[in-house]
Amino acid sequence: MNKIVKILFTAVIYFVVWILLTASLKIEEIFVGIIVSLGIALFTFENFTSKGLRYFSPKRLLYIIRYIPFFLWEVIKANFDVAYRVIHPKMPIKPGIVEVKTSLKTDTGKFLLANSITLTPGTLTIDVVGDRLFIHWIYVKTKDIEKATKMIPAHFEWALKEIE
Amino acid sequence: MIILNVIRVYAGYFFLIIGSLFLFLGPLGILRFPDVYNRLQAGTKSTTLGAISALFGIGLLEPGWLGKIVILILFILLTNPVSSHAIGRSAYRSKVPLCGKSVVDKCEEEHIYKEAK
Repeated sequence: MNKIVKILFTAVIYFVVWILLTASLKIEEIFVGIIVSLGIALFTFENFTSKGLRYFSPKRLLYIIRYIPFFLWEVIKANFDVAYRVIHPKMPIKPGIVEVKTSLKTDTGKFLLANSITLTPGTLTIDVVGDRLFIHWIYVKTKDIEKATKMIPAHFEWALKEIE
Repeated sequence: MIILNVIRVYAGYFFLIIGSLFLFLGPLGILRFPDVYNRLQAGTKSTTLGAISALFGIGLLEPGWLGKIVILILFILLTNPVSSHAIGRSAYRSKVPLCGKSVVDKCEEEHIYKEAK
């Protein structure tokens, strides 16, 4: 049962990719797409997902939809931040590596958190050891672990807790 | 309809220009910043938004490609930070020093790095 759910989940993701790639809704395209995505899903589902259809719960989808614009806005802010530091003649940087703690448990959650941190203003994940993240910060505002945790990962965890 | 098309085309060019601007700032940052970690910051961030913005502009100019462009953007968002993370981590493990301006290095206190040293 669990296996079938996982295969279905994988096939759905592949099918969405197929639709985006072919960019058409002709009946034969959709038919071939279903067959191909199911066929590939049969062989690859084990590496693709560990939870199956639970990823499609409405609450999770809602948080994903709320997270995407928030995340894109953070990416844009990050770019203007870095652009400002690049163009400024005196280069206002004060770099350093700080340590923060995360409350996320799963690998997916940590992966998304590390990626989000890397793409947002002035921070770059150097290493993840258990629940501790080492972050290169282009303008260190605080060296304290607690305060840094409040400033960097807590910014994303409200949504990633539900998504992971 | 014609007005909408005109707006679409100009928006496409606008995003293309913004994208190439950020793609220009990335290498500039790589030239100006002092050490590998700061350079990675400039490299990752500006190329991500630059590429996304340029791709989105192309998508607006050629609406038939939007689906493929959405996939490209997703792959860039997922893989770009991973590659810079890998470079940063391997640089740290092979003991590339932080620049002189750096104020703190918590990683140094971590035992696995001490063992490596």
